[in-house]
Amino acid sequence: MNASVRSVLPVKIAPPTGSLPSREMPSAASMRMTVSKVNFFYGAKQTLFDISLGVAASKVTALIGPSGCGKSTLLRTFNRMDETVRHTRLEGDILLDGHDIHEQDVTQLRRRIGMVFQRPNPFPKSIFDNVAYGLRINGSKLALSDAVEKSLRHAALWDEVKDHLHKSAYELSGGQQQRLCIARALAVEPEVLLLDEPCSALDPISTAKIEELLVQLKDLCTIVIVTHNMQQAARVSDFTAFLLTGQLIEFSPTPYLFTTPSDPRTEAYITGRFG
Amino acid sequence: MNRRLRWRKFVSNFMLSMTGVCAFVAVSVLFFILGSLVYHGGTSINWNFFTKLPSPVGETGGGMANAIVGSAKLLLLATLFGVPIGFLGAVYLAEFSGSKVAFVVRYAADLLNGAPSIVIGIFAFSIAVHPFKHFSTLAGGFALGVMMVPITLRSTEQFLLDVPRTLREGAMALGASKWKTIATVIVPAAYRGILTAILLAFARVAGETAPLIFTALGNSYWSHGWNEPTASLPVMIWNYSISAYEDWHRQAWAAGLVLLILILVINIMARAILSRGISVPR
Amino acid sequence: MSTASTTLPSAGPVAGSRSFFSRLREGDEIARMITFVFAASVVILTVLLVFELWNGSSLARHKFGLAFFVTRVWDPVFEQFGALPFIYGTVVTSVVALVLAVPLGIGAAIFLAELAPARVSDTLQFFIDLLAAVPSVIYGLLGLFIVVPLMREYVQPALKNTLGFLPLFQGPAYGLGFLTAGIVLAIMVIPYIISVSREVLLSVPRDQREAALALGSTRWESTWKVVVPFARTGIMGSIFLALARALGETMAVSMVIGNAPTISASLFSPGDSIASIIANQFSEATGELYTQSLIELGLVLFLLTFILNGLARILILATTQRGSDMGNA
Repeated sequence: MNASVRSVLPVKIAPPTGSLPSREMPSAASMRMTVSKVNFFYGAKQTLFDISLGVAASKVTALIGPSGCGKSTLLRTFNRMDETVRHTRLEGDILLDGHDIHEQDVTQLRRRIGMVFQRPNPFPKSIFDNVAYGLRINGSKLALSDAVEKSLRHAALWDEVKDHLHKSAYELSGGQQQRLCIARALAVEPEVLLLDEPCSALDPISTAKIEELLVQLKDLCTIVIVTHNMQQAARVSDFTAFLLTGQLIEFSPTPYLFTTPSDPRTEAYITGRFG
Repeated sequence: MNRRLRWRKFVSNFMLSMTGVCAFVAVSVLFFILGSLVYHGGTSINWNFFTKLPSPVGETGGGMANAIVGSAKLLLLATLFGVPIGFLGAVYLAEFSGSKVAFVVRYAADLLNGAPSIVIGIFAFSIAVHPFKHFSTLAGGFALGVMMVPITLRSTEQFLLDVPRTLREGAMALGASKWKTIATVIVPAAYRGILTAILLAFARVAGETAPLIFTALGNSYWSHGWNEPTASLPVMIWNYSISAYEDWHRQAWAAGLVLLILILVINIMARAILSRGISVPR
Repeated sequence: MSTASTTLPSAGPVAGSRSFFSRLREGDEIARMITFVFAASVVILTVLLVFELWNGSSLARHKFGLAFFVTRVWDPVFEQFGALPFIYGTVVTSVVALVLAVPLGIGAAIFLAELAPARVSDTLQFFIDLLAAVPSVIYGLLGLFIVVPLMREYVQPALKNTLGFLPLFQGPAYGLGFLTAGIVLAIMVIPYIISVSREVLLSVPRDQREAALALGSTRWESTWKVVVPFARTGIMGSIFLALARALGETMAVSMVIGNAPTISASLFSPGDSIASIIANQFSEATGELYTQSLIELGLVLFLLTFILNGLARILILATTQRGSDMGNA
């Protein structure tokens, strides 16, 4: 199986060099978030079917799949952003550190689980005020400028903006704006950071910068990233989940998913036969 | 949940409810106005109101027949003056003009639209009353017509421009000349919007008082022909309500009710026509 | 066919490649000329309007010059005309109107744009649009017979008792006056603030609000600290628009303002506005100077509303443009 699949793979997804990580998924105890039999409905239409997976702490988990497979929908349930749309219904359990996210206050939850969106969406404020926003509404006791600097450093943006903190965020380039949005999300020190196709509106250089960033951010928080770019998932993530029409087809450590996928549909997707 | 978060949530719920209160208050004003008019004026709407002339000061039992007819005449004149200019001008803007000319015409229309109605009254006075040394229905019709022009023009232009390219190209590909295309294809396609525009302009000027005060002036009797001053509903309402006579106050309420119902009905009709759907499949 | 088609048909638009005569024959040129005349007449009307205002006030302008704007006296008998009391009245009533209408209007717009489900929002907006269609004279009618007595019997005495130490709320309570006119004006301009602000708020890209919520904001915080600031230019525009309307409002104001050209710090005092004095005195004005002074007042009003409307348009355009640009970025 190993050899025959490898020969079919396009050259661009190269098998990882160095020693391969364990084939097994981490234990339940080391999962930061647990998703259990989640079904999601938009009106009468069901868009997620019986999804169960675990998000490992301090690792990057990627959700991949063709357009419309439900990966963004699933991501948005993690921080209850699905509730901002009318006529939606969620069944099943989603746990953060063992506690049901629907039994907590949603405002508090969203501090612990941050989100970065597909298109950079900085607020119409200065760079400083964008990053400080989350801190201010929570009445943070930290000295704001220290916290802002810390976040901007983590987002690899500090050196580029340190002398221009009071300029409008809209004067930054697309890639810089997205890193600003990451800094803004990091400022409230979330335990989990969700990224919904964060690079799809950006040029290749900015994309590369952000991918580098994500690998480093693992130490700070757990990362879940939705991407339609398989190479990106292969480069950046530790675990990858493949979704198709609302179902979870396969979920395994990234190198194994891409070299020896167990489901034929996964193989078909990653070899580019559809999507 | 800590104290600060509790406070923030409280503030959030409170402020959001307050916005609901604001919306409720704003909307209920409309019903309050209608209700008041019905309450105070409803009983005074009778046969007398529609058929009798105003009675001499202090006497009861008069009506507003001349004002109703006067308003009708003024509005007819206004429509005859304002609609062709607005409509054909819009056709020019949408179909024939270059962008520079279009800019100038649109800008002029917006200026006209933004002018306070009393200023329009002064304008109409200077053109249609002063040179002739007397007030007249024609002058009043002119004033109202001038107000109808920009409303009709801008809306009609918008609806004409909204007609899809494919329709125009289809007609021209069949060999239709430009004006034929406009007359037989484009205008019919946009007719709902154009009709709505005309109705809304009509409803707008039906209630205008200021432009009439020194053009059509007013009249306690029937106005004959088009060259005499004439009474009109809005001006009667004004005159009667600032007077000292109870009976006139009562009639002012009734006239207000009639006028408002007329205007609201036209507005609702206009919107219904528009929302009945676009007349062209997309 | 015709001699005109000896030129090769170009690949450009159909009209451009046919000659004048072929267009004339097919009636297009006539149609163009006719419609041009009508379009031009719009411009002619506007030019004529400005001309008549300018010309019709020339006597007054030359006689009084800039002093017109600072003279308090308005005396038809001695032919002394000053605009100050009317400018004052117009400004005071407009300010009162805005102070009341802006918070209420923006609050209602926030409800309609952020909170209400689409159907409810559209229905309520429909009623607001109908409110905007109510003529001035009917607001005046209600103002005179309902608001004025209310003010005289309840509101003004109450204000005097509580806030009477302020010069704003001193003096006899007639019911008529600056405050009443301001209140009636506020009711009249609220629909404009609501409609425009609602549109502007709806055009703010969704992901602005979502980003705020995702950072742990409450709904109010996301609305007030992110969405509204994003739309602030457009909301300013709606306020300018409302102000332009308030300045030009004639009938309702003239019916409740008291019609006395006074300048007073008290809001209970009767006064007069530019539009209202023109309405009341124009048809009885005897003498050229009298009439021309009134026309000069009309010119001032026209210029003020012209500037405000222009600013409003720019501001509103800027926000809705920015919203759609962000959405496409």
